[in-house]
Amino acid sequence: MKVEVLGPGCKNCKTLAERVKKVAEEEGLEIDFAYIDDMNELAERGIALTPALMINGEAAVTGKVPSKEEIKNILSKN
Amino acid sequence: MSRNKKILLFIITFIAVYFIPFDSATIQEAIAEGFLMLQYYAQEHVIFCLIPAFFVAGAIANFLSQQAIIKYFGAEANKILSYSVASVSGAILAVCSCTVLPLFASIYKTGAGIGPATAFLYSGPAINVLAIILTARVLGWQLGLARVIGAVIFALIIGILMALIFHQSEEERQNSMVTAGGEGEPPRTGWQNISYFAILILTLIFLAWAEPEQAEGLWYRIYQIRWFLAGLTLAILAVMLYRWFTRQEIKEWLAETWNFTELIAPLLFAGVLIAGFLMGRPGTEAGLIPEHVVADFVGGNSLSANFLASILGAFMYFATLTEVPILEGLMGLGMGDGPALALLLAGPALSLPNMLVIHSVLGTKKTSVFIVLVVIMATLSGLIYGNIVL
Repeated sequence: MKVEVLGPGCKNCKTLAERVKKVAEEEGLEIDFAYIDDMNELAERGIALTPALMINGEAAVTGKVPSKEEIKNILSKN
Repeated sequence: MSRNKKILLFIITFIAVYFIPFDSATIQEAIAEGFLMLQYYAQEHVIFCLIPAFFVAGAIANFLSQQAIIKYFGAEANKILSYSVASVSGAILAVCSCTVLPLFASIYKTGAGIGPATAFLYSGPAINVLAIILTARVLGWQLGLARVIGAVIFALIIGILMALIFHQSEEERQNSMVTAGGEGEPPRTGWQNISYFAILILTLIFLAWAEPEQAEGLWYRIYQIRWFLAGLTLAILAVMLYRWFTRQEIKEWLAETWNFTELIAPLLFAGVLIAGFLMGRPGTEAGLIPEHVVADFVGGNSLSANFLASILGAFMYFATLTEVPILEGLMGLGMGDGPALALLLAGPALSLPNMLVIHSVLGTKKTSVFIVLVVIMATLSGLIYGNIVL
């Protein structure tokens, strides 16, 4: 599963990236993780509100840092 | 932090501690001044201004549907509407400085184009709720109001000018645009949201109500009963929270409030400490920078003072809200009202680091024009404001 966190490199975005990695590790999930901070790419993907979490190219969360529970739900659905 | 960076940090700290003449009276006085300024902020501005403001910011980030606003930036949206929304929506969308650049890129690339995008970029950081509240509280309501009005009006002008100047390339670009995706969230019920935010803001206003100079009139009467009024609005707020919000929502609100506090407060207090160290509290001359230097460069309301303040503001990086204590220090040393506004307008909108990001989105030509426009407009607003106030 392709998991991407998108944001301009601010604190909230880094928090989300760390949280996602941690949840994946705890749940023993294999993820292909990437952090994208190129504004042009964000815009081209239609992401305006950051931080954003994309699963397999689909926006799952935008504009907030979801709780670990939410991330767990999102990751386990895919 | 990598190990090399840490080693470098250790070396720099060592050299600083080794060489700074701590036994000189000037340095000792400046250090004391830094902490006195910090204490003044802690005593005067934290409990009744900053903390409530963080709660409001947390509520805005959590309960307002940002998605609903973003649709006004779409490629098909009415032009006049997207300009208006772009120049005022910073109040709601730009609470955290890191949301400004992605939104800007998105408006430019997939939405309404360069006009609204640059309008948003200019006004957003200047009119977010936290910035307005702290500016009005610390630097006076006139400057707070001037900041809002200046930011909105000049955002419109800059946006429209950018669109006119780059009319040609915009048309070519619009043809190759992709459409914006993103999921739509259903907004909460309208009037409940409005009354909830009205009560929140009223509470904040009553708590932060300053003592008027004359001990008479309506403002003074409100000042006398401000605790009662704040208590009343807090009670209403408690009822609203109990009836309209789920426990989960309240928990998320508190979490978001903490996020802002964690993000902004340490930087703000570091800024206050440094401002106190360099410039002293207003009315003292204890800081490191001598009064005549500030007065020479940005004192009064001349064209050159306003221009210099705009240039400084455009290139310097201010962490969220730190522009306020820095300006307080500068104004205490004789900076004029006009240049103060010029710096407030050019400051948060631009900085060297964010110029690089803007450049990667807009390219060299458009970025340079934008920077020039920002400096000109900030200088103009400073000149106009300085002449009205003086």
